[in-house]
Amino acid sequence: MKKFVRIAALLMALLMALTCFTGCGKEEATAIKIGITGPLTGGAAIYGNAVNNAAKIAVEEINALGGIQFEFLCEDDVHDAEKAVNAYNTLKDWGMQVSLGSVTSAPGTATSAEANADHIFYLTPSASSTDVLGGVANAVTGAVDIARKDNVFQMCFMDPNQGEASAQYIYDQKLGAKIAVIYKNDDNYSTGIYNSFIAKATELNLNVVSTTTFTEDTKTDFSVQVAAAKDAGADLVFLPMYYESAALILTEANETGYAPKFFGVDGMDGILGLEGFDTTLAEGVMLLTPFNADAEDAKTKDFVAKYQEKYNEVPNQFAADAYDCIYAIYQALDEGEALKNEDGTYNYAISATDLCDMLIEEFTSADFTYSGLTGENMTWSAAGTVSKTPKGMVIQNGAYVGM
Amino acid sequence: MKKLNFKSSLDNWLTYAGVIIAFVVLQLLASAGGMSSALKGQLVPVCAYIVMALSLNLTVGVLGELSLGHAGFMSVGAFSGAVTAAALASAVPSAGLRLMIAMIVGAVFAALAGVLIGVPVLRLNGDYLAIVTLAFGEIIKSIVTNLYIGVDANGLHISFLKNTLQMEGGKMIMNGPMGVPANTKIATFLAGFILIMITLVIIFNLVKSRSGRAIMALRDNRIAAESVGINVTKYKLMAFVISAALAGAAGSLFGLSQNTIVATKFDFNTSILVLVFVVLGGLGRMWGSIIAAAALTILPELLREFSEYRMLIYAIVLILVMLATNNPTIKGFFAKIFKRKGAEE
Repeated sequence: MKKFVRIAALLMALLMALTCFTGCGKEEATAIKIGITGPLTGGAAIYGNAVNNAAKIAVEEINALGGIQFEFLCEDDVHDAEKAVNAYNTLKDWGMQVSLGSVTSAPGTATSAEANADHIFYLTPSASSTDVLGGVANAVTGAVDIARKDNVFQMCFMDPNQGEASAQYIYDQKLGAKIAVIYKNDDNYSTGIYNSFIAKATELNLNVVSTTTFTEDTKTDFSVQVAAAKDAGADLVFLPMYYESAALILTEANETGYAPKFFGVDGMDGILGLEGFDTTLAEGVMLLTPFNADAEDAKTKDFVAKYQEKYNEVPNQFAADAYDCIYAIYQALDEGEALKNEDGTYNYAISATDLCDMLIEEFTSADFTYSGLTGENMTWSAAGTVSKTPKGMVIQNGAYVGM
Repeated sequence: MKKLNFKSSLDNWLTYAGVIIAFVVLQLLASAGGMSSALKGQLVPVCAYIVMALSLNLTVGVLGELSLGHAGFMSVGAFSGAVTAAALASAVPSAGLRLMIAMIVGAVFAALAGVLIGVPVLRLNGDYLAIVTLAFGEIIKSIVTNLYIGVDANGLHISFLKNTLQMEGGKMIMNGPMGVPANTKIATFLAGFILIMITLVIIFNLVKSRSGRAIMALRDNRIAAESVGINVTKYKLMAFVISAALAGAAGSLFGLSQNTIVATKFDFNTSILVLVFVVLGGLGRMWGSIIAAAALTILPELLREFSEYRMLIYAIVLILVMLATNNPTIKGFFAKIFKRKGAEE
């Protein structure tokens, strides 16, 4: 009998906890609720925190104008698809009306499917995989694996666009006669760029002499990969990866006296801010990025100054994309006019699906353009991709300089 | 002896009853609309974790061998199940039937993997199983990250390391590091409940059977068991393979409850998480595993309001539970409350 009572008590406790979980009442809506899931803890936390910080700045700025009010919440997904769906559901319980999706790609693939089923508008700052959008043909087989999710849009470049653009850029500028590629083959982002890069490179007859890979578990030692590139005599190394790994590759190459040109993609952005990294090693590294924290225009300067003041670090492109997401939604709502009632109040109680229809129509309409930190006159197609061209940057004297 | 038997079978019946009551209550809550979407979304994964914990408890608690790669079997089940479900999408229109077939396929593949590991390793004495299963989990992760499977009108196409599939239309099911990007969620809470019940029936009946007593005899004293003629490898393998098969079925259930699954999800951390469920719930104590798995899966979500301190609090709760369940004073206190008739244990 003792065990029964014990089991019963534990079950009761569990049920009580669950009911606490369920019983959240509805309050009067006083703002449009925007939510996002991102890695606030764990290995990918820098990206999630950058997005969270920047989006908060944008929301504060918009709210300070006194017009339409936004409320922003970022839930932690630890860069895991299962937890991302939990986080997304938590946001739904919170009353999310617009979703910024997820910060990273694998969680983004999961949450975009959920948002598609719920018909909540989804504009992701940085989940760049084609699986997030759906409707994109597989680079190898040519088949469409996931149907287009009509409510999903990206603020960043789609992965294949970056790979193609990089190959084209290298070809046009005649940057390298022999090319080596190192990529992370258990990572969505890195593999996505690699596949399209190699397809384009074959088409352009670029000479790829060495292709080596690494994984999450082997990302601390690059001696084999760098030696392979060196032995193959490559004079340009293409690094489609995030900057922590790239920094180790640069260090390794430097130690072994190997000095080719290095070419990165938008994940390379942030390498100059990496703690403990000798930035002189990054001299001459080329990268494609939509955002340059050292740009001289007023918008960027203002944003960077605010971000530095609040969080004591230089914002990266994830932050810039998130900032742009909030402003793009603000602009798509006609700076709030679209939701204005006749008596001058705002229709904050609008359902997520109605708002979704409204935003999809606005984002895909021919005359909607948005200019922000990461590009001028951006437009979105019905396929969900953004029209912005990656800018070629080169690191000189510890700063990005346009090429 | 009779009394002992009665007590353990009462325990078993109470576990069945507890699971059924919990299922009915949650199902009623869900259909009445009184449940948050956050909890609703977790129902099926929680069922999968419960089965994972139960099956690992069979290896660790009943057989007494340490396995550190249980997530590997889950992975085998998840991916084989997802591929089966996707390949049968047009042939078997009923989602329930497809789910059942997928879970059976997942269980079979995981059982095969279990035999593969168990046959050489379980002959050895010592902690070799822990080492080999640890490696197994990592190997499965590597294999799955390099596996490309597509389906078109001509059937399944498979390639390894590089995606070289020649397909006419159709679609990719498994796309290397992207895992299964476009899963169809067909797993239901009912299916999860049925799987838990089946798992309990299998484990309880195994433990009560002649084979089960042989397995436990091996756990308690291998030499003594051998001396009375128990075939060590056979019984160890039996428990281990059943455990692997159940984990495979749980993996299929889990995989088919997600929009997307990637190989890195089933890493060492997941194995340890399941082991934590088992240890916290009590070795060999099935109802303990069920409660620990459910509570510890839902807990991080309940703690969301603490934002960045969430995982810190989660860790503290774990330590406190561990201390509390092992503290003689607290144990005595609960024993006094729950049992007036005096201590039996």
